[in-house]
Formats: sequence, structure tokens, C-alpha cells
Amino acid sequence: MSPTVYVPRDSSALSLGAGAVAEAIAAEAARRGIDLRLVRNGSRGMFWLEPMVEVESARGRIAYGPVAPADVPALFDSGFPAGGEHRLSLGLTEEIPYLKRQERLTFARVGIIDPRSLDDYLAHGGYRGLARALSMPAEKIVEEITESGLRGRGGAGFPAGIKWRTTQQAAARQKYVVCNADEGDSGTFSDRMIMEGDPYALIEGMTIAAVCAGANQGYIYLRSEYPHALRALNEAIGAAYRRGYLGEKIAGGSHTFNLEMRLGAGAYICGEETAMLESLEGKRGMVRYKPPVPAIAGLFGQPTIVNNVISLATVPIIIERGGAFYKDYGMGRSRGTLPIQLAGNVKRPGLVEKAFGVTLRDLVEDYGGGTSSGRPLRAVQVGGPLGAYFPASMLDLPMDYEAFAANKGIVGHGGVVVFDDTVDLARQARWAFEFCAIESCGKCTPCRIGSTRGAEVLDRLASAGGRAAAIGLLRDLCDTLTYGSLCALGGLTPLPVLSALRHFPEDFGLSRSEVAWTG
Amino acid sequence: MDENKNGFDRVAVEAIAAGLKERPGALMLILREVQDRFGYIPRESVPIIAHALNLSRAEVHGVVTFYHDFRSAPPGRNVIRLCRAESCQAMGAVALAEHVRARLGVGFGETTGDGAFTLEPVHCLGNCGCSPAMMLNDELHGRVSPARFDELLAGRNDGGR
Repeated sequence: MSPTVYVPRDSSALSLGAGAVAEAIAAEAARRGIDLRLVRNGSRGMFWLEPMVEVESARGRIAYGPVAPADVPALFDSGFPAGGEHRLSLGLTEEIPYLKRQERLTFARVGIIDPRSLDDYLAHGGYRGLARALSMPAEKIVEEITESGLRGRGGAGFPAGIKWRTTQQAAARQKYVVCNADEGDSGTFSDRMIMEGDPYALIEGMTIAAVCAGANQGYIYLRSEYPHALRALNEAIGAAYRRGYLGEKIAGGSHTFNLEMRLGAGAYICGEETAMLESLEGKRGMVRYKPPVPAIAGLFGQPTIVNNVISLATVPIIIERGGAFYKDYGMGRSRGTLPIQLAGNVKRPGLVEKAFGVTLRDLVEDYGGGTSSGRPLRAVQVGGPLGAYFPASMLDLPMDYEAFAANKGIVGHGGVVVFDDTVDLARQARWAFEFCAIESCGKCTPCRIGSTRGAEVLDRLASAGGRAAAIGLLRDLCDTLTYGSLCALGGLTPLPVLSALRHFPEDFGLSRSEVAWTG
Repeated sequence: MDENKNGFDRVAVEAIAAGLKERPGALMLILREVQDRFGYIPRESVPIIAHALNLSRAEVHGVVTFYHDFRSAPPGRNVIRLCRAESCQAMGAVALAEHVRARLGVGFGETTGDGAFTLEPVHCLGNCGCSPAMMLNDELHGRVSPARFDELLAGRNDGGR
């Protein structure tokens, strides 16, 4: 049997040269007359080892990395297609501690299967969730999702079961399922990895949502910055149609579900669900007033289930194994697992799926191995550009929606960005306002104007005169943004700003007592 | 005639609009297609699209100008999209941006005098495990140091393909 070699087609792996590595392996195999089966898998999510190549062996898959095209002839010399030893050998992939200690439910197949192959998906448990859903009444599907405790993984953490129940019970001839794939938070890439590494999981999750709600049309709103995810999803959707998993009478049942890709156009605000719906309707991505909620009046005014990629891609395993199985993971009111993304200045960046409750220290030190610069860690920002900056002294915080809220932060979409001691938190705080100003949709005044005024006030804080007045203004301004903004962009921009002030006053030239008001 | 110096082609825009106008939420689809065709949204295409969709020109203009992706002028032969967001900041993106601006002699949103490179900012390319990140045309790159940037640039300094 010809050996099987895996070289990721994940964007990050490609950005480090995986494409050239795949070409070099194919060329070298041809030169040596070796008949190789080359699979372009997703990434295992250990980016410091990318491009990471794997080969199938009798003992399991064996990894090599990071591989450069120039390493390829020597790899062949050492017999790597049969798992031979080489200085780049990493041993059995599944035994690499970073991977072995994870609890991969949503990411169970990512990096393992050929993401373009529906047969591979089926061979690894794919579409079992849909099969079960088709045998259940809609109310029972809602019950399983509710029982699982699944909360929106896009960032807001709203219970998915409530959204589903609302849309399922709404009376309308036309309903929609929309996937929010506008993953714009810096430090996050889990949506992208799923879409590139296991696109059928997302399609299956959306199909289950459609069956549950009685929706016959779905859209995936994908950010334009993800061309590889677009290709992977388009191919998967095409194959799902050809094999009867999309279209009329899906999977031999009585339901019709059509699914279409739609591209964003570089607007962070379109990750806000109502702005995304406006954009899908072909308009400016302006945030809508709520109520009505999208579950009742969403896309084109019709009841719409809107969920993030990770939420929807987690649905198949919940329906297949049952809500109780999923709920068994996690802590408090944060149930299940969270695909956490380690990014920024970290030695071992990557994707770590763990049950809620894992601490920042476990993540940043044990998994991440500290900073990549080797300098002391000074801050982590969790939850994207609207998330709080925490100092090294707070690394014992567990990943848990409530624990983060109690510490004036957010879990968000699970991105953890590490900074070393060269970071200037005053500059990061100013950036938070600048970013808000760049990306504000402009509908509500606090966000549209407050973001620019905020940057100005921080500049005044940095100058010697009028510091006390500037602090008073900043305090008022942050209150106005927090309580007066229409959506989370304006509403949460004070989080990075105030957390920077609270934990790092010295960067602003302030004393602890001058920032006591930040809480 | 229908072709002007910026490559605007009335017939092509009309065909794009006619082909997509019945689709739900057609305007975004049409604008994407127009930009894919011309590299930007020619001003002259706005009334044509507005007419096809029975919208006002102001509505179409409003959508064009809302989204960062839609350009109002043709880009250079190569487009560099440099990530400026937090994860890349943590890995030296601010210094990299300084280097890139000095190297190209242009700021964000500008095109070099020879038309070879347009520099655009982007906020996250989803490559935060390999920061700093940038896109050179359709290619994503990770761990882009100033030296690595210069190498990539040298590979594309084609003067005019």
C-alpha cells in the first residue's frame, strides 16, 4: 500500500510555506519512484511546528516539523514515508503533550481528516448528528441544545437553546439560518481553522439548525480576509449538494435546505449580528435597534437563527452524543469546551480546545511556554480588541464567562494575545479607541464620536497640564460608551481602556490612587 | 466611448448588475463582482448599479464607502495588506509598518509612484499564531520581519508585468 503523507492546507501553515513543502514532497517522491498519497489536511493547531508534515504508520501518525522544502530530500533519505527517524521527528502526533492534553470535541476531526472529502467526514462520524436530528421532533432538538448549555461562541455567550427555541416557535413561512463567519477579533482563528479543516461540521450544524427551525435557506457570512476558507466551504457545499446533504429532501428526509456563501467586505462591525444581517441584505453594515431580536425578525425581517461558526460546528456532536454528554465538560454556567487561541508574543502559539475552567496560566505557561521573545510576560488581552488587558498577577483566572465578567473582562471568542514587557499599555488603550473610531458604524453617538474623543482625552492625559480634568472626562466618557452604545463595539471599548488604566497606571504616568475609580 | 483611462467598461457593469440583481441582497454581490473585475469601484458604475436595483445613487455610494474593501481608485499592480491589530502589535507590527512605509515611500491607502504597490491596512488576517501577518496579493504570509518583507518585496518588484 502506498504511504500516506499529510501536509496542511491551513492558511497559517501555507503562510509559513506549506505549499512549497507539499510540492517538494510530491517532486521528491516522483524522483524516487515512490507512490505517495498526499493529503492536504487542516492544521493540528501547533503553529510553532508548522509546516508540520505527518505520515501514516502502523503505530499511528508520526509528525515532522517545522519542515522546509530544503529538508525534504533528507527526510526521504531517513525513510520518512514509513515513519523513519529524522532530526525533525516529533514522534506520534497524538502523543505530543500540547495535543494530548486537550479535550477536542468541536475540533475532533481538524487536522486528522481530508477536509475536502465528504467520505472522510462520514468515515469519522460525520452526519451522525443530522441522522439523529431527522429522527427527533424539533422540540427535542431544542431540548438537547438547551440541555448542553451551549452559549454563543462568537463572543456574546448567549444561550443557543433560547435562540433556537424562539425561531423554532415563530410562525412564518420563511425562516433562515445564518452563520456568522466574520471572525474579526485579533488573536482569534478558530472559525477559520474549522472552516478550512472540517467544513462539513459547520454545514451539518447549520443543517440541523434548519431542520429544527423549519428554515429552508441558509447563508454563511464569511469575512473577505479568509480566501482559503471560502474555497474549502465552496467545495464542501458543492459536494454536499451532489450527495444529497443539501438541497431538496436532505439525507433522504423531507426537509429542504439550501446553503449559500456570502462575503463581507472588510468591516469589523459586521461581526455584530444585526449589522451582519444588514450587510447580507446588501446594505451598509449598520447596527439595528433590538428588539425585535433576529430570532423573531432577522434576515429580511424573517425569523432567523444566527450563530457563530464554532457554535454551529459544535451542534453535530451535541445532537449525536446528547446534551448531557456535552454539559459534562466545563464549570459553573460555562458548559462544554472552548477552542482557545494562543496568539501574539507566545512561544507555542496555537489552538487549545479545553473544557471551561482551564486557567490563563495553564494556557499561557504550560501550553504556550511563555513569551516567544523570552522576555517577561507583562499582559494578556483576552477576547479580542474589546477584551480586557490582564497583568501577569491575574493568570490564575479560569476561562469562564462569569469569572471574567466578575473581573471586568470577557472570554469573547476565546482569543488570548500575549504581550511581553516591551508593551506600552497607554498606547494599547489609545489603539482601542482608534480601532473603535475606524470600525464604528456611526449609528449611535457614544461610539461614533466618543471613540475619537477618547483618543484625544488619552493624549491630554499624557501631557502634563489638565490631568485631573482629563481623568474626569475619561471616566464620564467611558460611562457613556458603556451604557449608551447600541452594541458591543462602543459598549465594550472601555474594557481594554479601563483595564489598562486599572492594572498598568504607571504606563499612563498615574499612581494607583489616581485610577482607583476604575474599580 | 465606453472605455476610459481607468478601464471602466459600461457594458461589463451593466452585465454584472443584470446577472445578479434578482439575488437577495444583490448590491453587495454586484459590488464585489465589479471590484473583482476592475480592482476598484469606478465612480461611473454607481448610477448604473443604482438604476439596475432601483436604488438612489446615494444609497449605492453609501454602501461603497461603508466597507473598507471597496476602493475608489485603481490599486497598484501588487496589493500589500499589512495587519495592524493587537496580536501582530505584540510581535512588532508597529515597527514593521514603519519599515514598510519607509521602504515603499507611501503611507497606508497609497500607491507607489510607479504603480507597483498599494499599501493597505487590515485588522486581522486570522494568522495570529504566526504574527506579524500580511497579505501580498492573494498570498498570506506569517512571521514577517522587516528582512522577510524585503525578500518578499524583491520577489515582486517587477516594474510592470
